[in-house]
Amino acid sequence: MIYVVIVFLWVALLLYLVMGGADFGAGIIEMFTSNKNKSRTRKIMYNAIGPIWEANHMWLIIAIVILFVGFPVIYATMSTYLHIPLVIMLMGIIARGTALTFRNYDAVHDNMQKVYNKIFVYSSFITPLFLGIIAGSTVSGRVDPLATNFMDAYIYSWLNWFSVAIGFFTVALCGFLAAIYLIGETEDERKRFIRKAKLMNIAAVVAGSVVFVASVKEGIPLVQWVFGSIIGVVAVSAATISLIALWYLIANGKRFIIRVLAGFQVTMILITTTYKHYPNIIILKNGGHLSLIQHQGAEKAIQMLGAALLIGSVFILPALFYLVWSFQYKPEKTEHEGGDEQ
Amino acid sequence: MDNFMAARSQMALSLGFHIIFSCIGMVMPFFMAVSHFLWLRTGNPVYRNVTKAWSKGVAIFFATGAVSGTVLSFELGLLWPTFMKHAGPIFGMPFSLEGTAFFIEAIALGFFLYGWNRFNRWFHWFTGIVVGISGLLSGILVVAANAWMNTPAGFDVVNGKYINIDPIKAMFNPAWFSQALHMSIAAFAATGFAVAGVHALMIMRKQNVGFHAKAFKIAAIFGVTASILQPLSGDISAKMVAKTQPAKLAAMEAHFITRPNTPLIIGGVPDVKNKKVDYAIELPGLLSFMVHDDFKTPVTGLDKIPEKNQPPVAVTHYAFQLMVGLGMLMMALGVLYLVALLKKRSWFDKRWFLKLFIAATPIGFIAVEAGWTVTEVGRQPWIIQGVMRTADAVTPMPGVAYSFYLFTAVYFTLSIVVIFLLYRQIKMVPVIYDKDTPKPVSA
Repeated sequence: MIYVVIVFLWVALLLYLVMGGADFGAGIIEMFTSNKNKSRTRKIMYNAIGPIWEANHMWLIIAIVILFVGFPVIYATMSTYLHIPLVIMLMGIIARGTALTFRNYDAVHDNMQKVYNKIFVYSSFITPLFLGIIAGSTVSGRVDPLATNFMDAYIYSWLNWFSVAIGFFTVALCGFLAAIYLIGETEDERKRFIRKAKLMNIAAVVAGSVVFVASVKEGIPLVQWVFGSIIGVVAVSAATISLIALWYLIANGKRFIIRVLAGFQVTMILITTTYKHYPNIIILKNGGHLSLIQHQGAEKAIQMLGAALLIGSVFILPALFYLVWSFQYKPEKTEHEGGDEQ
Repeated sequence: MDNFMAARSQMALSLGFHIIFSCIGMVMPFFMAVSHFLWLRTGNPVYRNVTKAWSKGVAIFFATGAVSGTVLSFELGLLWPTFMKHAGPIFGMPFSLEGTAFFIEAIALGFFLYGWNRFNRWFHWFTGIVVGISGLLSGILVVAANAWMNTPAGFDVVNGKYINIDPIKAMFNPAWFSQALHMSIAAFAATGFAVAGVHALMIMRKQNVGFHAKAFKIAAIFGVTASILQPLSGDISAKMVAKTQPAKLAAMEAHFITRPNTPLIIGGVPDVKNKKVDYAIELPGLLSFMVHDDFKTPVTGLDKIPEKNQPPVAVTHYAFQLMVGLGMLMMALGVLYLVALLKKRSWFDKRWFLKLFIAATPIGFIAVEAGWTVTEVGRQPWIIQGVMRTADAVTPMPGVAYSFYLFTAVYFTLSIVVIFLLYRQIKMVPVIYDKDTPKPVSA
């Protein structure tokens, strides 16, 4: 059962990165959109993401619940040493979640909209930045349970070049995902989002290179992790090939195909970065590891958790699939059944 | 402010904030479903308008409740890592199920909010019902997890190690039922009265009376029914507390000395130093009767509890008195409503009647906060009753006070914004929701 739980944890993280990432990215895209086009971008984004907005964020909750039920020591270590970036990420989550809803549901449209927009855009940037920083910190080997002073224990555990570079890489990835997602939402805006997707893609490649540079500076053997195994090499090659295919298809390909290609790249990236460490999830400063296998919770708890996840997915996945399908592919009813939209 | 106090305050603040939003987010979908049903059956557009107006409120409350709930799932670890290290696998079962319920709620809400004109109208109505049921389920599951902290079950502690873990037994701990029942009914009562109060105000101001009267009636009936049922669940809860947490019950009652014919103490100012309560009304034997079904049997007082295991008496006592008092008020108002409904329909147009409901808008939520204070403060100094002390669970990171200030500022701002948004929703009723009815003549 432990493997079922680990698969769910991984898939929850992946889906949070892909689906949550696309909607973080929507805010990032908005940030880099000229004022002239902003309100149109917002409208397209709202139609594309609104219905699945709340569901996207459930993946994070699922991941965190799996961590604290199944791997309590890992959860406790993360929340102790990465307390500060976690709080900042949470602030971002609060700000985004409320600002988006407020701007959509405020009955009066006036200058308050500007306030909601600002908060939404900034928090869309900060949240994935710190999500990436946290992810980077877990493998950067800076978490130090033996630290005796505040800075070493609670600041340098996450504030280093490597983690911060991963943070920016995550931001660029989210922007890329969102731009790809929005291509094909409207025909007339297609060109604009293609340009955005290309720019974000370049940003991601640049940020990715910076991650490698930072890893060398910090003495983290990232190159070896990525290229030191067959799986890593295959995943990186597959990601590269899919990227070439994506650039080729981006102008005329079906939106479904380019979305799949983008999702595939993110999956490959996550495989590359997690494979080498598996089952170690946190690397400590003294060279020790916190492992998903060694630090799993009580046997019975894992079994029940696995069962709950399996049962839950029977309900969740079909409903989620139908939700996405209905709003993406099912035509709206033409008959007027009563009432306007807003 | 020391670290421990800051961590406790931040937790109290976060839960106190979340509880209001989650109650409304969990109960209002039921109001919505009723009004939606009435529209589908009668075709009266006012019901559709009420449904739409309420759905905007639900969306705002759901979003705020969802983010504050996400924050809480992290805060458990951020503030109490030692607790979570041991408790996570034991009481995690309701949380994993709650994740599922909440996920379904979020999906159903997507269908409901964006699904007007898109689906079969009964399917659309059904998604609204799913929002309500899954919301209620996730509420019950979270409370079951909290109940485990009061009546821990499903594990043994041997030499500081937590072994023989049984997550099912932990979920169905002794207090889960009484606590979940009490909390769910409280959510219905509080939300019912709060929503009814807002609509009563608009009726009194003679604005869109038809619209607000329909909304008022649906909300009031939910609130009234819940408030009349609540004392029953309160009694079940009190008996459970007496059995499993005698120190908490003693603090609730400010009951210092164990004696036969234990009186029920109403009101009063507890004097911890001299172990007595000043200015209280004492009803002899009544507490014995309520707890043991017999007027004679003594109820354990604080004198039987070692001082280091005693909860803060004054806070627990005042919060308990406040909760019960407000509960009684709501029940009285509920009875009055029933009289009006069955015998005196003319009262519905009377200003004094509306004024009573307007005044009652916040009391359900004050009672909820007070009741939650009783549960949590009354358990101190334990985070897991009798097993782990709260002070031993707190994070080693210094400077939690700053995080507490930050969260206070954020939650304060959010509360203001939500009130502001609701005010604007209500103000716009004639423009957005109830545009078919002619505007009122009075200005």
